[in-house]
Amino acid sequence: MLTAALVLGALLAVAAVVFVARPLLREGPEETLETPEPRRLELAEERDRALAALKELEFDHRTGKVSDDDYRSMVGELRRAAAEALRALDSGTPRTDVRDRP
Amino acid sequence: MPELGRAALVVCFGLALYAVVAGFAGAHLRRRRLAQSAQNALLATFGATVVASVVLLVALARSDFSFSYVAQHTSRELPTPYKLASFWGGQEGSLLLWLLILTGYGAAAILLDRKAGRELTAWVVPVLGIVATFFSMLVVFVASPFHTQLASADGAGLNPSLQSFYFQIHPPLLYLGYVGLTVPFAFAMGALLSGRTDERWIVATRRWTLLAWAFLGIGQLLGAKWAYEEVGWGGYYAWDPVENAALMPWLAATAFLHSVMVQERKGMLKVWNMLLVILAFSLSLFGTFLTRSGVLNSIHSFTEGSIGPWFLGFICFVVAGSLLLVFTRLPLLRSKTKLESLASREATFLYNNLLLVALCLTILWGVTFPILSEAVRGESVTVGRPYYDFFLRAFGLPLLLLMGIGPLIAWRRASLRSLGRTFLWPFVTALVAGAGLIAAGAGTSIPGLIAYTFSAFVAATIALEFIRGTQARRALSGEAVPRAFGQLIARNRRRYGGYIVHAAILMLAIGIAGSSAYDTSHSARLAPGDSMKVRNYTLVYRGLNSKRSQNAIETRAAIDVYRGGDRIGTMHPGKNDYPVEQQVSNEVSIRSDWLTGEDLFLITEQVNQNGTIDFKAIINPLVNLIWAAGLVFLLGSAIALWPDAREERRLAVRYGRLPLEA
Repeated sequence: MLTAALVLGALLAVAAVVFVARPLLREGPEETLETPEPRRLELAEERDRALAALKELEFDHRTGKVSDDDYRSMVGELRRAAAEALRALDSGTPRTDVRDRP
Repeated sequence: MPELGRAALVVCFGLALYAVVAGFAGAHLRRRRLAQSAQNALLATFGATVVASVVLLVALARSDFSFSYVAQHTSRELPTPYKLASFWGGQEGSLLLWLLILTGYGAAAILLDRKAGRELTAWVVPVLGIVATFFSMLVVFVASPFHTQLASADGAGLNPSLQSFYFQIHPPLLYLGYVGLTVPFAFAMGALLSGRTDERWIVATRRWTLLAWAFLGIGQLLGAKWAYEEVGWGGYYAWDPVENAALMPWLAATAFLHSVMVQERKGMLKVWNMLLVILAFSLSLFGTFLTRSGVLNSIHSFTEGSIGPWFLGFICFVVAGSLLLVFTRLPLLRSKTKLESLASREATFLYNNLLLVALCLTILWGVTFPILSEAVRGESVTVGRPYYDFFLRAFGLPLLLLMGIGPLIAWRRASLRSLGRTFLWPFVTALVAGAGLIAAGAGTSIPGLIAYTFSAFVAATIALEFIRGTQARRALSGEAVPRAFGQLIARNRRRYGGYIVHAAILMLAIGIAGSSAYDTSHSARLAPGDSMKVRNYTLVYRGLNSKRSQNAIETRAAIDVYRGGDRIGTMHPGKNDYPVEQQVSNEVSIRSDWLTGEDLFLITEQVNQNGTIDFKAIINPLVNLIWAAGLVFLLGSAIALWPDAREERRLAVRYGRLPLEA
């Protein structure tokens, strides 16, 4: 029983070592971790935030949570923010960068 | 095969340590293969822990008393489900369960959230590795479940209060909650370490946080039901430190789940969110420390115990290390936007957060004060129910009200006119409910009356949200009501799942207020044939019976129950005598009325030599709403957790995995 346990334990250790070492044993040149472009990420988050806020405002207006006056005072601001975020994303990052990603 | 279990844990420890070292090196040097190797090591820790856990489970099932752990926590006559559940019945097994769930969560998070970005994941792996290294170190070197001994003829058995159905599910669910909070913590620290504090860590972890939070919530509710049915005092929550240990991280995680929405919508509260994640994880470690170190029995048993000092050291390391990291990254965590109005959705989330954290820290102070007092002055001071009840009312009632106010206020700002219009119906509902309750005599308890009035307000807001949302959708799409209602929820799962969870909390509040503020109890010594009255029930004691079960002698009284002159059933409260464990347990009898939500709760307090029995009868109004709230909570959590393909697509576009046109 003791021997069987020790053999099984050793097999487990060997399997773990093989599994852990596999990426290091791959052939080919060393690969580096890719990093997303921080400015593009920031702009994409701003765009999504602005579009979500606009969508939320429309919904709140339809459900009566936001009055017509409040809606009119906020919608222009939010549309401008969304347009600016989209424009900045377009000019800051070539669209091909986005499209060409796998 | 204790050697195999031991070997598997040593392998796990080695792998976790490697994941830390190789993970940090790979992330820092930006070497992808080294980072992947560390990732594989973290995945493999789960495999090794599964092997160790299977070894322990087999030993428990086979009553292999050469394992000290098996001998200390089971006996031959113990029914098999309890033998298996004894896995988490003792310190060593509980720590192994922590490790098993941790490595399982770690592996799942790494595999499922790879798309969050390899760079971020590369930094998350060593953080998860540190936690796994700590717990595997404990079960290898400090509190091993694989210590052996000369096999004894029988074991010491399992504490009778643990021999309950709830023992089989409550601890694993609670641990799934505690340990699950490691994932958001690891991603938050990964984001800080990588210097990339964009929203990827939040996107990657919001489901994990919600999952851990839901497990912690359901685990606590099942714990309360267990205490209600098993402990036999008629209540379900005693502000016991062990109960508080699970409540504190749940409150911190609740605050985080709300404030993270403000970060997603407005880009605000980035530092606050980091602090909440650290608080929730540290409290989950502190909870394990409280329940497992022996510190609650006495400060001396803590210092003499094996794991207490290790745990305290690790908690200090986690708190100091993570706060230092937040401090060094403060420039990256500055918000660009500010709070526009004190009457806005984000402002109500902020108030809700302050109240939740205040309640959490108040409970923390109540739990730690007796420990600190014993350590400093040598005498333990008890912080009792009045302290906790006071702060629950002081912070809990405004929280309840905010649950109704928050959803009705728009983001950014709301004018007085809008507020007046949206609050009109909930306000009228609350007013009518309050007046009705006073007329019905509920004014005997002021906190109960306030809780019910606020509950009516919140119920009205939740109903309004669903009604107005469905109407708006119908107006836009022309769909029939059922379809519009279904689509409303399906297209806004987090929001409407959240409202359903709010409804569950509301039911919980009503149940707690009803059962604690309006309960009735009556005690009497009865001989066979005697009767007692409690409110509209008449209880007639008929006699006593005993029988032998697999591992206990079960004594039960037969009590006929009458209501309004009609016999509505027979109840059987009693006691169980466990010969192996040499302990006696109270076995209560409960008659639930699901129509009114009321329980008739009978306890056999003492069986006397002269054949009489001391009974206690309690009527707990609305208590069943608490358990029903669990089902509604599950439904709301499941809706909020359910994957949303549209949301996934939007995130894929944001992170460049899909083109904008998709």
